[in-house]
Amino acid sequence: MAGNKGRGRAAYTFNIEAVGFSKGEKLPDVVLKPPPLFPDTDYKPVPLKTGEGEEYMLALKQELRETMKRTPYFIETPEERQDIERYSKRYMKVYKEEWIPDWRRLPREMMPRNKCKKAGPKPKKAKDAGKGTSLTNTADVLKKIEELEKRDDGEKSDEENEDKEGSKEKSKEGDDDDDDDAAEQEEYDEEEQEEENDYINSYFEDGDDFGADSDDNMDEATY
Amino acid sequence: MTQAEIKLCSLLLQEHFGEIVEKIGVHLIRTGSQPLRVIAHDTGTSLDQVKKALCVLIQHNLVSYQVHKRGVVEYEAQCSRVLRMLRYPRYIYTTKTLYSDTGELIVEELLLNGKLTMSAVVKKVADRLTETMEDGKTMDYAEVSNTFVRLADTHFVQRCPSVPTTENSDPGPPPPAPTLVINEKDMYLVPKLSLIGKGKRRRSSDEDAAGEPKAKRPKHTTDNKEPIPDDGIYWQANLDRFHQHFRDQAIVSAVANRMDQTSSEIVRTMLRMSEITTSSSAPFTQPLSSNEIFRSLPVGYNISKQVLDQYLTLLADDPLEFVGKSGDSGGGMYVISILTTCHLLSSFLSRFGSRCARIFRLVLQKKHLEQKQVEDFAMIPAKEAKDMLYKMLSENFMSLQEIPKTPDHAPSRTFYLYTVNILSAARMLLHRCYKSIANLIERRQFETKENKRLLEKSQRVEAIIASMQATGAEEAQLQEIEEMITAPERQQLETLKRNVNKLDASEIQVDETIFLLESYH
Repeated sequence: MAGNKGRGRAAYTFNIEAVGFSKGEKLPDVVLKPPPLFPDTDYKPVPLKTGEGEEYMLALKQELRETMKRTPYFIETPEERQDIERYSKRYMKVYKEEWIPDWRRLPREMMPRNKCKKAGPKPKKAKDAGKGTSLTNTADVLKKIEELEKRDDGEKSDEENEDKEGSKEKSKEGDDDDDDDAAEQEEYDEEEQEEENDYINSYFEDGDDFGADSDDNMDEATY
Repeated sequence: MTQAEIKLCSLLLQEHFGEIVEKIGVHLIRTGSQPLRVIAHDTGTSLDQVKKALCVLIQHNLVSYQVHKRGVVEYEAQCSRVLRMLRYPRYIYTTKTLYSDTGELIVEELLLNGKLTMSAVVKKVADRLTETMEDGKTMDYAEVSNTFVRLADTHFVQRCPSVPTTENSDPGPPPPAPTLVINEKDMYLVPKLSLIGKGKRRRSSDEDAAGEPKAKRPKHTTDNKEPIPDDGIYWQANLDRFHQHFRDQAIVSAVANRMDQTSSEIVRTMLRMSEITTSSSAPFTQPLSSNEIFRSLPVGYNISKQVLDQYLTLLADDPLEFVGKSGDSGGGMYVISILTTCHLLSSFLSRFGSRCARIFRLVLQKKHLEQKQVEDFAMIPAKEAKDMLYKMLSENFMSLQEIPKTPDHAPSRTFYLYTVNILSAARMLLHRCYKSIANLIERRQFETKENKRLLEKSQRVEAIIASMQATGAEEAQLQEIEEMITAPERQQLETLKRNVNKLDASEIQVDETIFLLESYH
């Protein structure tokens, strides 16, 4: 019963013929290593389909890939500081449109808690519309601001001020979208760096409108 | 989610959205639903970046959120939706064939941006189309809107769930996250806008009430003259509808292959008639009377009613049961899966050889076969048959079924039958497909990275040439610049381009396979 494994003959517990091997036939050796990385295939694969549709889809695919890299949804990894500041890097930076999601559809915790409320929850519409249309009137904007004021009941005066500041600055820069973008991006970059520094977090709570704002509703006193 | 799927998702996210989004996305796919802080902690990324990444993912319908008790919001990723990104070119191309360039661009914008309001879509598409038109001509918003409405009517685009309206203003503190709702009948309701051509004032006549904000912020106004009329009403591409379309196409072509053109037209008509009435996962279409079919046949086909009846009978009698009589007048959806799976598996098995394919088809047909019977029926010498059977067995395409003759299951007195379990074989094949696409993508990225220097050089040279041509340079100068790329380099570029194209094309086709296999579940 211990199975006479010796003598070089394997003994099977079942009738080998049932599975199709005749007695004494040479069976393939036991494989003791992992299969090769690129095994030879006996047969060539079926050739790819070609046709107008397939070609079009191919071109589309490659185009989409490139386009996606340029959308604001493609978030680049922030590179580490280089030892030498390369001159060419400045000119190879791709300026992307800033995308601001519709905050109404997202959980509140998604809104970046900025000290600078300008880069924060500004409506996406404002940005989009502001880009495409022609330069807006300052008068128009002031009218809007008045409307805003009327509607704002329980709002902090802080936010109002910043709103005004924000939209004013926006309209002034109006046409010059690139600058706007760069400015916003730069501000945001500054933001990120600022946030990592605890010191600034706890002792300074201001926006870019430092000095221009009233400090009425600040939670902490500035020392 | 299998490892292969996760790997593929990771590659796709990285290619389309960058590494940060990829990290967050893959983490969510692996671990299921999690709140914000836990994500940040586990992935080691700053809270700010996690927020940005989540915003992007939510915008593209890849991640959804839910408010749990005690106000904790948890985020969950949809792995299958991420895998759909492979199919974007196919969706766009299909729309092109159905609705021409305008429709194509609409769907493309929707897919690229996740979700958009109708006015935003119309504007973007009109701008893009105008760019391709001759100088002086502009694309009218009205035409784009019309195409949009047609897409909505045929359900290719649908509305996203929106923030529910509140009657009174802010009853206490708003919840941590809005719960988005969508009414079934509103899903394809297009807001009444009349957007007038490029550059002119945009007038809005009516607006739909949905989408009033519940936010504490005042209603934001734009720098523009009026607020956008369909603010808050977002649209997205309806992928299920596309899938239904693909499935119908597959059925029709299968019928055409098996029978003739006319019968495929009949089936196509039947399917089109039940397009909107049948949900995409139903096994059978609604019963259609032959009169209805007769009336709906396309104009060019003047076959008499009798002939139509004959065709229908023929289809109904076909052993593959595409069409069944009365009670179940469209078994097509179920059958197509079986049919195409066999087809696929056979062609896959051509990797193992046509004889393997023969054996496979045989076992499939006869359900269970013994070793000896396989040899006999397939007319293949015993040794080869054995070899192939075991190969297929080891790859899990076949399985063994034991039938004991005696109660003690003694192996020497048991029948061993080979059988094919389609479902598991399909699943295995699907798994392999995912792996192969992941391999294809990796290889493509590798090839591109290897030749990065060369690619950049050629891009620079092209840019130089283009700018020189614009400023009117001489032929000799252009020649000189072109020679900056040496001949062997040029050849290298050619090879690279060919390889990348082949890899891309393979990706697209493997995805077709994936589609068929997935619809089998």
